[in-house]
Amino acid sequence: MRQNLILVGIALCLAFGAAAQEIENNQGVVTGNVQTLWQSYSEDPLIGAIVPPEKTGLNSFGNLIYTQGGFSAGMRYESYLSAVLGFPGRFKGSGIGYRFARYTDETGKVDFTIGNFYEQFGSGIVLRAYEERALGIDNALDGIRIILRPVDGIEVKALYGKQRLDFDSRLINGPGTVRAIDGTIDVNNLFAQAGGLDWKTKWTIGASFVSKFQAGGTISKDSLLLQLPGNIGAWSYRLDAMRGGWSAGVEYAGKINDPSADNGYTYRNGEAILMNLGYTRRGLGVSINAKTVDNMSFRSDRDVLLFDLPINYIPAITQQHTYNLAATLYPYATVISGESSASAEVFYTIPKGTKLGGKYGTNVSLNFAAANGLDTTHLSGADELVYGFERNSWGFGPSKFVRDFNVQISRKESKKFKWKYTFFNLEFNTLATPVTTTFKGIVYADIHVLETQIKTRQRESLRTEFQALFTEQDKGDWATVLAEYTWSPHWFASVIDQYNFGNPSEDARVHYLYGAVGRIDGPHRLSIGYGKRREGIFCIGGVCRAVPASNGFEINFSSSF
Amino acid sequence: MTMNIRIPSLIILLLTFALTAKAQKNLPSVQLKNLAGESISTNNLAQDDAPTLICFWATWCSPCKRELNNYAELYEDWQEETGVNIIAVSIDDQRSIRRVAPYVNSVLWDYEVLLDPNKDFARAMQVVNVPHTFLVNGAGEIVWQHNNYSDGDEEEVYEQLLKWSK
Repeated sequence: MRQNLILVGIALCLAFGAAAQEIENNQGVVTGNVQTLWQSYSEDPLIGAIVPPEKTGLNSFGNLIYTQGGFSAGMRYESYLSAVLGFPGRFKGSGIGYRFARYTDETGKVDFTIGNFYEQFGSGIVLRAYEERALGIDNALDGIRIILRPVDGIEVKALYGKQRLDFDSRLINGPGTVRAIDGTIDVNNLFAQAGGLDWKTKWTIGASFVSKFQAGGTISKDSLLLQLPGNIGAWSYRLDAMRGGWSAGVEYAGKINDPSADNGYTYRNGEAILMNLGYTRRGLGVSINAKTVDNMSFRSDRDVLLFDLPINYIPAITQQHTYNLAATLYPYATVISGESSASAEVFYTIPKGTKLGGKYGTNVSLNFAAANGLDTTHLSGADELVYGFERNSWGFGPSKFVRDFNVQISRKESKKFKWKYTFFNLEFNTLATPVTTTFKGIVYADIHVLETQIKTRQRESLRTEFQALFTEQDKGDWATVLAEYTWSPHWFASVIDQYNFGNPSEDARVHYLYGAVGRIDGPHRLSIGYGKRREGIFCIGGVCRAVPASNGFEINFSSSF
Repeated sequence: MTMNIRIPSLIILLLTFALTAKAQKNLPSVQLKNLAGESISTNNLAQDDAPTLICFWATWCSPCKRELNNYAELYEDWQEETGVNIIAVSIDDQRSIRRVAPYVNSVLWDYEVLLDPNKDFARAMQVVNVPHTFLVNGAGEIVWQHNNYSDGDEEEVYEQLLKWSK
């Protein structure tokens, strides 16, 4: 009902916009996109692919945005008929899953939104509403947001809303209410009159406060009867500085007691610290990061888990890999209850014209990331029931979660030939990040990837990847071969075979062969694929979702206008 | 009851779209940061009388990096001939946003790089996936776009740049 009223409101706003436009002779603009994913399923007991009763799945999204001057309004129409495998199966039916109206004045000083919106405060450690549509992740806020920029250098954001939880022919929000405010000061801009823009060091400071409300209650643990708090606050402070090629940033976040399913309904406060240091000049870039998060899972419903209703976002410390074997078998995700982590990365280009650099220069990068459990002491008795444990320091605890080292060399040999070699060394604790059901403990793996690209003719090229993963643990060794031929600018064809040649069980030494062809025409893109997909982990950005094995056709269409 | 309200309002909505639609598109207004930490308003990205190429990319997107690395080799020539300005909009989120500046500098790109970590600008531009490249003419209108990159596409881009630089 409320959704309908908002729709009528948006329609009325648009109608007014249309009327006003005739007076001003300033026409509005409509933009949009559609995206459709269709899959058919066939049974394949060897890989564990099953056929749902519907035999096919369809996810479809259409966005429309109307803009006129500073006013914009839009909506997203979604269909899950039924949701493709790997998506939350509870997403059902067709309807409007997102709608908003927004006004931004010409100077950017006032910006307000009613309806749905996405938002991020600072690094997102206390608030991030976002979507990864390919993963079915969407925690859009639904309410009101006001952004004010009263003077140059100051930005204040305030919002109230509920979060998207589900979709059943319409948007379904979770039970909790999120209330938040964030302020950012661009110090140099603020002191522009005193010459701030010419200062060698650029400073930005910010602070956020986020509060959620969900009706309280009580829980019992042994003989204890504990009160669940209804209002829970989280806050963060951040400072960023840049000077010459240097950059540094630190953000601290805290959260008061927030008993939830994630932390076993304990009452410890949450805390997090994020630090980064970077240096870069032409041809060289270095980035060092450290992050400790302790009990910072923050949701607008204390009883949900995994991808449901997160208010904040805690990215993984490891690099987002793109090669099939490195990306899908053992991808790391932040351990939500707590972890201590650090990473370092170097990018360097060996100059062209030198002996090592060759004619075009050679790019080298090194990346190392490590995460362990927190350094804690377990409590006993009633304290354990209420607080669980105490943290001794911000540093690494004894339990190893992940080590990820990789080095990449890429080089162009001639106008027609390029290659890239990547080596990965991985130590991965499948108890901390349960990505496999067949092994519990630490997987030690080496991965080699050679990628080549050959320009075969004018506007045509062949790209290949040869990948091998060697491990004594879990499912043993893997190889992947990929070949992709492109006819610029319209056509592509690719084939990929992932082969578990080293599986200890001979029956499980399966080829996962998948082929696809596609056509691109400006903003329109159609691809058709057929084959087997391994059950595994599909990640985008910092987020991963488990996808079941499947066998069949897949058609993807996307277009924007 | 629900249906009774929803369908007419949807029809009003769509009719209104139809009545007010216009072919040319200008750049939406979103506040983004560049690598120097300065705020940039996206509706000011177009140049007067010369084309602007806006490329959405991410450090985890291989075809995006191939595209921008290939353009980098041609950029000087393109600028001389067509006056084009390339803007590379990174949709890296908090996981990889700190990699953007080191990567960009190490591979010697001379583009203006903007950060769009929560995809506000990408959404406003109707970007579904990256790479997605837009050509904006000297009047600030989006006149060409391409949602993919394969080697050789730069030749098509070059033809479009020549067409719109006149």
